[in-house]
Amino acid sequence: MSAESSAADSKGAGGNTARPAYLRMLLLALVLMATWLLWSGFFKPLLIGLGVLSCALTLYLVRRMDFFTREAFTLHYDFRLLRFWVWLGREIVLSSLQVARVVLRRRIEVEPILVDINAGNLSTVDQVLLGNSITLTPGTLTLDMHEGRLRVHALTAEGAAALEEGEMQRRVAALGRR
Amino acid sequence: MTVLVEILSWVLLTLGGISVLIGGIGALRMPDLYTRMHAASVTDSMGAMLVLGGIMLQAGWSLATIKLITILLFLLLTSPTSSNALASAALLAGTRPIAEAKQEPGEVQ
Amino acid sequence: MYYVVTIATLVTMDLALIRAVLGPSVYDRVLAMNMFGTKTVLLLSVIAFLYGRPDFLDLALAYALINFIGVLAVLEFFRVRSLRRQAEQLEEAGIE
Repeated sequence: MSAESSAADSKGAGGNTARPAYLRMLLLALVLMATWLLWSGFFKPLLIGLGVLSCALTLYLVRRMDFFTREAFTLHYDFRLLRFWVWLGREIVLSSLQVARVVLRRRIEVEPILVDINAGNLSTVDQVLLGNSITLTPGTLTLDMHEGRLRVHALTAEGAAALEEGEMQRRVAALGRR
Repeated sequence: MTVLVEILSWVLLTLGGISVLIGGIGALRMPDLYTRMHAASVTDSMGAMLVLGGIMLQAGWSLATIKLITILLFLLLTSPTSSNALASAALLAGTRPIAEAKQEPGEVQ
Repeated sequence: MYYVVTIATLVTMDLALIRAVLGPSVYDRVLAMNMFGTKTVLLLSVIAFLYGRPDFLDLALAYALINFIGVLAVLEFFRVRSLRRQAEQLEEAGIE
């Protein structure tokens, strides 16, 4: 990935703070070790040693994948993401009810529609976030993502209309803004 | 208070069981692959949320809850990825959704 | 009450298996197996509490990881196969 494109990616992803590589490595090591301790629950020297060894191996592999030298995206893990998840949870509940109504009818009669959504104003990370959120809500499914256009397969006309109205897109865009 | 949590957790678990079941029935009854994926995503996101949420209320604040949250987060993060991989692989192999017929000819492709 | 969820999950796994047997395409079967896998994760978590054995949660997470990687691996395999088939068709068309 060239420097320009990654800079463009990170622009909309919410202001890259550009932490130095060694700091990110240290952070990852800490998170990995905490995870190991959480899941193992034993504090014997042998097991902790094994944990340190696995963390070192993981760090080595991740380094070989150029994770640290490349400008990676940074999401903002603040309360806005949490609020988005709560909203997404509500959407999932509502659209699950819609799909359940279709499934439990005596005769299955579905009229699925394909909808194209233009998400060119979002950064790449936010486009992925939008596509995955669409897939996660039952009744809508992202088939393809190409040059900022998402092709969405919707089970019901209501679901398609809700997507074209664009509330989810607005919320994802608001998430990316600083 | 505890009784309330108990009742809420049983409600969540029952609703979770029902939505898992609805997704299974849908995956069997729907006419084509893509509509079946909609039904499967009911079990994947809604069912998982309700069932694991109900168990979390039973577990209270403990190590088990953290593990359950990890499992739920992992399921919710990976299930769109695998659905997407499935849809794109099926499209590439030439499985057309029945919805495509309803589009204007110029729009397809 | 855990039994309700356990039975619902088991029935859904059966339904997914029926879908896997009926097919008709390979991708329907992959979808069914993916569903079967996520239901296994839910079942393991419920069983952990049904029998009071929290270590089943570790199994559930490990199963979720394996299921995800497995589905992606199988799909990649089929994707490469259909790409190769398309390339062969193009080649045949070019020769004639």
